[in-house]
Amino acid sequence: MSAGKTSAVLEARNISKSYGGVRALKDVTFTAHQGKVNVLVGENGAGKSTLMKILSGSEQPTSGEILLDGEPVVLASPREAMKRGIGIIHQELSLFPNLSIAENMFAGRELRRGGRFVDSGAQRRRTREVLKRLGQDRLDPGTLVGDLPIGQQQLVEIGRALLEDVRVLIMDEPTSALSNHEVDVLFGVMADLRAQDVTVIYISHKLDEFRRIGDWVTVFRDGSLVAHESMDSTDTGWIVRQMVGRDPDSLYVRNSSPVGDLLLEARGLTAPGFHDVSLAVRKGEVVGIYGLMGAGRTELMECLMGMRRASAGEVLLRGKPEPKGTVQARMAGGLALVPEDRQRDGLVQTMSVRDNILLATVARFTRAGLLTGGAEQRTADAKVRELAIKSPGLAATVTALSGGNQQKVVLARALLTEPVVLLLDEPTRGIDVGAKAQIAALMADLAAQGFGVLFISSELAEVMAMADRVLVMARGRITAEFTAQTVTEEALVTASASESVLEGQQ
Amino acid sequence: MTDTHVAAPAKTAAPPPDAPRNQALARAALLLLRGRTLVVLVLLILIFSAISSEYLTQSNLILMTKHVAINAILAIGVTFVILTGGIDLSVGSIAGLASMVSGGLLFKGLNVPGGTVFFSVAVVILIGIVVGALVGAVNGVLITRFKVAPFIATLGMLYVARGLAQLHSNGGTYPDLAGSAARGNEGFHFIGVDSLLGIPVAVWIMVLVAVAAIVVTTRTPFGRRIFAVGGNERAAVLSGIRVNRIKIAVYVISGACAALAGLLLTSELGAAYPDTATTYELNAIAAAVLGGTALAGGRGTIIGTVMGAFVIGFLSDGLVLVGVSTFWQSVVKGAVIVFAVITEQAQQRLQSGLTKRTA
Repeated sequence: MSAGKTSAVLEARNISKSYGGVRALKDVTFTAHQGKVNVLVGENGAGKSTLMKILSGSEQPTSGEILLDGEPVVLASPREAMKRGIGIIHQELSLFPNLSIAENMFAGRELRRGGRFVDSGAQRRRTREVLKRLGQDRLDPGTLVGDLPIGQQQLVEIGRALLEDVRVLIMDEPTSALSNHEVDVLFGVMADLRAQDVTVIYISHKLDEFRRIGDWVTVFRDGSLVAHESMDSTDTGWIVRQMVGRDPDSLYVRNSSPVGDLLLEARGLTAPGFHDVSLAVRKGEVVGIYGLMGAGRTELMECLMGMRRASAGEVLLRGKPEPKGTVQARMAGGLALVPEDRQRDGLVQTMSVRDNILLATVARFTRAGLLTGGAEQRTADAKVRELAIKSPGLAATVTALSGGNQQKVVLARALLTEPVVLLLDEPTRGIDVGAKAQIAALMADLAAQGFGVLFISSELAEVMAMADRVLVMARGRITAEFTAQTVTEEALVTASASESVLEGQQ
Repeated sequence: MTDTHVAAPAKTAAPPPDAPRNQALARAALLLLRGRTLVVLVLLILIFSAISSEYLTQSNLILMTKHVAINAILAIGVTFVILTGGIDLSVGSIAGLASMVSGGLLFKGLNVPGGTVFFSVAVVILIGIVVGALVGAVNGVLITRFKVAPFIATLGMLYVARGLAQLHSNGGTYPDLAGSAARGNEGFHFIGVDSLLGIPVAVWIMVLVAVAAIVVTTRTPFGRRIFAVGGNERAAVLSGIRVNRIKIAVYVISGACAALAGLLLTSELGAAYPDTATTYELNAIAAAVLGGTALAGGRGTIIGTVMGAFVIGFLSDGLVLVGVSTFWQSVVKGAVIVFAVITEQAQQRLQSGLTKRTA
């Protein structure tokens, strides 16, 4: 440990947390060093956010204890954590755009005059002080938060935490929506806080960014804390290796089918969320898109599928342009999408397993315009067997199934449309390891049958183990392309990070 | 092998001896809740016939089912809309407009260059229904193309259609719809007044509409898509369903049903006046909700709606018959509707509880 004289202000000892049967945190012991910027890294679902929720009082650990200044404490609620000087800024802003900066700062804890009336004057004064501390002296406390750029909104959120005497400030990916300039401002604020002996715990995905500001780095993987080092003694490659762990290939089946004709091609495709994207998927090929959340991946998929209108560019299916851009036309052309958010976009929760499976193709099972129950039953039953969907019965509501099986229901529906290219948006998110391996095997199997597969993943291990080719998306553009032979973790992380890195490369 | 087989049930049998009994009880309760509209209907008939000897007479039953028929047809149309997650507040006004259009055609004919044309009753009825369907189509287009919330679009149409109905006669009534042999437009009373095999024609029409609606909702791809749109619109879009078309279609169906109901009412009254079927939209929505249609969309049945219409009709007429004041009638009707929704939620909870236990 080389970071000089440091003392632990906040410690988590042997913390475990289970949700139902899933263990989100496994015996984690973590130390936040006083007056330092403590960086937490790890893939989605690695347990960082869960630990932060526990340290900020919004979740309770299943076992283990929390120490503040060496004393065991119970943080029963966010309010209690706040009282002890622990503040958190969530990834999603929780501001009221229709209220002013001052009103936002004091929302829920208004300053009173005469016990009943809001003391607006005092609120403005306090707000102005806090804004000054954040280097925003020119900002008027009366400005509506909705009128501020996202970076300044983020600062207002930080200001809320600073109003209370915060000793430990947790920031969950605060830079994901910020421009480079705004990131610089934020880092300046963080440096100031550090100088004022405030302890910062900072969750980030962006290696190039946090290396600039971090003093300590802690790596999470699969609910465990796998490394804790001072930043100086690490390098990017080491951090990535710790994040990914060993031997991801063992879990996944790699596609090895011969690549054939061009099935799907996008040329200069542009829509809100992404810009000038060109890509191609061939027969028998599994193509992965890697990128951080908000990089425009989902928007791209939805545009390919015809759910969003492209403002420029074209999509070619089996070599022919498909100009209509409606879901029906794209479906007829051989595309099918398994969406990222099953509950929101995939399943009709009020319908049975059978009706969900047959939803896209129900018109096929008619005689004289009327549905034929027998054919429906047989087809749904065949798909349930083929994909090994575990369900209490075809007539059961689809919500009675587990996450992995619900995902397979959506997949079964997509496959019934007889696509040539299957678009999968985060196909393994939120499902357990066993189901992940099954879905991965299925993708390789589909490629072997002559499908093209285009999938999105934000898991390095998954995209490296499954894709024949990997496209990297960052800020709405494709920033790099690798083959299975040339891809490395470091290159993927670098290409998915911020613009500045890429600008440097070009 | 056999040892463990014997040991296992011995362990689990001890703590919950009444678990299966509880479950059987839950199942029975669920069955009762599912059939609650029928249970309530039977109870209503028993109570009212105990109070009044006139309640179960043939003439009263015929009168009541005629009232039910009109509301049921309105409610069936509205059910299509509610299944997609929408609402149609304009059905009462559409009934009124169709009544005035058809009544006007029968009473004074259509002015064309060179004279006045009269159409046969069948054509007049058809025109009335087409008018209703067109108004429904306007609702559908407002909601899909112009993204107006269904509540607002149909609330607007409630006023517009009623206003048009009043404009049609400048507020007056078309008093005589009997037609004449010379004009070839006799017989409008057939649908609202006459009977076939001892049962009012209006009731036969309700049965036809209900059967058609049941077939459409349960046995056609279109019906399946209606439920999908109401259950999860985004998933429906992704499944290649043309959501806008489905939505426009259900408002067209609702408008056509409303017009048909308006014509039955007009025929029964023998006159067309602009205030025909005012506030009937509320009875129609109430019938659908009573019958278990979820206002959030995606859940409901036509048969439930028809049962709901029977409950509302038999309840209102029963209250009138036993001499309850109109003010108390309102109170009772409102309470029944709210109670129905509470039991609906109890049913959902029980159902999901049972499936989870068996899964």
